[in-house]
Amino acid sequence: MKLETNIINTWCPGCGNFGILQAIKLVINELGCPKENIVLVSDIGCNSKIVDYLNINSFYSLHGRSIATALGIKLANPELKVIVFIGDGAALDEGISHLIHAAKRNSNITVIMHNNRLFALTTGQFTAVSPKDMKGKSTPYGSIENPINPLELMLSSNATFISRGYSSKIDHLKKLIIDGVNHQGFSFIEVMQPCISFFNNIKFLNERCYEAKNEKLDSKEKAMSLIKEWNYDEKGKIPLGVFYKINKPNFEAEASKHITKDKKINNLKCLKIHS
Amino acid sequence: MKKDYSIIIGGAAGQGSRKAGLIIAKIFNNLGYNIFISEDYQSLIKGGHNFSIIRASQNKNSAVSKYADFLLALDEGTIRKHEKSLKKDGLLIFNEDKIKRNKGVGIKADCIVKDSCGIPIMCNIALIAGFSKLIGIDWKFLENVLKKEITKEIDKNLEIAKKAYKGTENLIKIDNLKIKPSYLLTGNEAVALGAVKAGLDIYYAYPMTPATSILHYLAEKERDFNIKVVQLENEISVINASIGSSFAGKRSMVGTSGGGFALMTEGISLAAQAETPILIISSQRSGPATGVPTYSGQSDLLFTLNSGHGDFLRFVATPGDVNEAYYWSGKLLNLAWKYQSPAILLIDKDLSESTFEFDDKIINKVKKENPLLWKGNGNYARYENTKSGISPMAFPGEKAVVKGTSYEHDVYGLSVEDEDSIVLMQEKRLRKFKEMEKEVDIAGAVNVLGNKKSKKAIIAWGSTKGVALEVAEKLGLKLIQPIVIQPFPIKQFKLAMKGVDKLISIEYSAIGQMEKLLQSYGIKVDKSILKYDMRAFKVEDLEKKLRNI
Repeated sequence: MKLETNIINTWCPGCGNFGILQAIKLVINELGCPKENIVLVSDIGCNSKIVDYLNINSFYSLHGRSIATALGIKLANPELKVIVFIGDGAALDEGISHLIHAAKRNSNITVIMHNNRLFALTTGQFTAVSPKDMKGKSTPYGSIENPINPLELMLSSNATFISRGYSSKIDHLKKLIIDGVNHQGFSFIEVMQPCISFFNNIKFLNERCYEAKNEKLDSKEKAMSLIKEWNYDEKGKIPLGVFYKINKPNFEAEASKHITKDKKINNLKCLKIHS
Repeated sequence: MKKDYSIIIGGAAGQGSRKAGLIIAKIFNNLGYNIFISEDYQSLIKGGHNFSIIRASQNKNSAVSKYADFLLALDEGTIRKHEKSLKKDGLLIFNEDKIKRNKGVGIKADCIVKDSCGIPIMCNIALIAGFSKLIGIDWKFLENVLKKEITKEIDKNLEIAKKAYKGTENLIKIDNLKIKPSYLLTGNEAVALGAVKAGLDIYYAYPMTPATSILHYLAEKERDFNIKVVQLENEISVINASIGSSFAGKRSMVGTSGGGFALMTEGISLAAQAETPILIISSQRSGPATGVPTYSGQSDLLFTLNSGHGDFLRFVATPGDVNEAYYWSGKLLNLAWKYQSPAILLIDKDLSESTFEFDDKIINKVKKENPLLWKGNGNYARYENTKSGISPMAFPGEKAVVKGTSYEHDVYGLSVEDEDSIVLMQEKRLRKFKEMEKEVDIAGAVNVLGNKKSKKAIIAWGSTKGVALEVAEKLGLKLIQPIVIQPFPIKQFKLAMKGVDKLISIEYSAIGQMEKLLQSYGIKVDKSILKYDMRAFKVEDLEKKLRNI
């Protein structure tokens, strides 16, 4: 079966999303689980068009809500591998509560956050990770807000897998995603990417991104020091890789513990208990 | 004359008046009386004033009377508030360690509880026992009811009950009707049970009065029912997770009230576009905004019918008692799956939290009905362009590529923007809406009750059914009760209207939303009785209003 659909790709030439699409195709082929057990859940934004290009189960959700939808899919059928594609605006502006709570409850899904540092499909407005002073159509004199550090947010929200990749490092990204999908719990993968049309930082990313080594994956301190190496500003290097990984019971498994396959409901008996 | 008792029991929040009311209802139920309990409580945890009105009658009444035969007071506030409701020959029973009164029957509840080393809330048991003695209930009979109803510290409670029972004089004798007791259920419990019977797998909610008790009930019983019950961070998450679960093949349901429902509307629109089945229980309270959180209302009708952006239909049903709540909760879950559509059960606080007698014969009328499923041949197209507009469902994990989407899409669920593809999919949905219309414009969509020959008819929907029916029967009027309101069963409604020349609408709304709805279908309401103090009609008050028309 072909992995691609017949839909014409409408991303801008040179868009970072192409790298992520290439990586996810490799992931699907190398993951080793039947393709029909994979569900891609996308949000709204340029990044989310990815599900139209892949001939794999998918749900194209609402803006900011893909993580909530993904949780519902995973809870309904814990056998499925559920992978979310979401932009920085959806994850950190419109849907930030879902992101925090999914991390907090250790929902067994993988969230790939395409970070091009602005809203692109709406032609360029600032998001929670846009740099201060960024000039966009809604901030022609420069944004007056400072960015947040989403990985720091994930660490404090008790995410059990925190990592960063770069859309131009496809093989590295592929390995990150496989690692994240195989992680039994909430995995967060931030993918830095340029927006060729509205925020072309490809030179900046090429110069600064490097593959960091981390031998103490279960250390919050070590994770924090890597996370703090770059604070979404003009300074320092941008580490890539897995920053934090621990094992904890996951939400869907815990919430499904009492379920038995043999589904016999005796409403009358329940009524009698009730009365 | 048929026996008909009204009992008010009240106290501050935390004094256990609600539980006491339920026990008293169980006593009367075991004597063979029909039971209806209306709960009145405030948005607070301790203090304030809570009370239950219990109607115990030989007739099948599900409404409350303005007058009380018995007033049971756990605190002074109860007497002050309800003294005027007590009939001339009515009896006042009170905790005389807290309240000083020359009339009525005092029970040394505090002393008895203290003497037995109980905790203050147990005063309610002392009051129940004293009251039982007063009305001639046998000790054994009372003991049996208490043993069934009290789960914690039963020995201590029985000791307290015994002392209060012994210390009280018997004044009257309530007849034992020798009829088997019925099951008593609140509207919310009936809604939960009906959905479970129709195959509910997962319940999602965020707490909001008056829907919260669905969450509590299902959470407590999740092991018995073999379902998952999950509280999420907000209503937006709740509705989107529910859609995710349905997409993955599991029957899900959500419960909320006005404000939470408002947050869910983007999800209702998504369910319509993605053709994903969802069942929403929306229990109305008074609005706008936070309104009066623990009191009822019917002011979300038009909002519900128009919830969600875009051109689409949703099923909306408005049951009027627990039997209808059970049936329509299950029915709507099945309809949601049959038509892959959002369905909304619109109820209100007075139905959600009042206790009614449940007819267990309804259980057999609800079962899990199979939706249209993919047979596994060829290339799967999630949105296959069928004659009925209904496309067979497959779920992730099957040998198919299943693509659900919020975007306008082709038959495979891939995004489209060209005119022809848009029209094709719009028209597929339009054909489905036609099928939905046919599905519900059948007998049972509109109830015709009371005096069916009367030219004068009352329109009542939702929780007003009980009081409207009692008054309609008394005054010889016809009662038309719309149950399905979207798609609007116009044929059934016209049938119900046959021979009617005067139509009176009863609503808990300040602007008459049902009247406006009927008007949009060319049905003219001659007179509207609007009530917007957010309290239920008392039988006598509604009767007086209707007599004057």
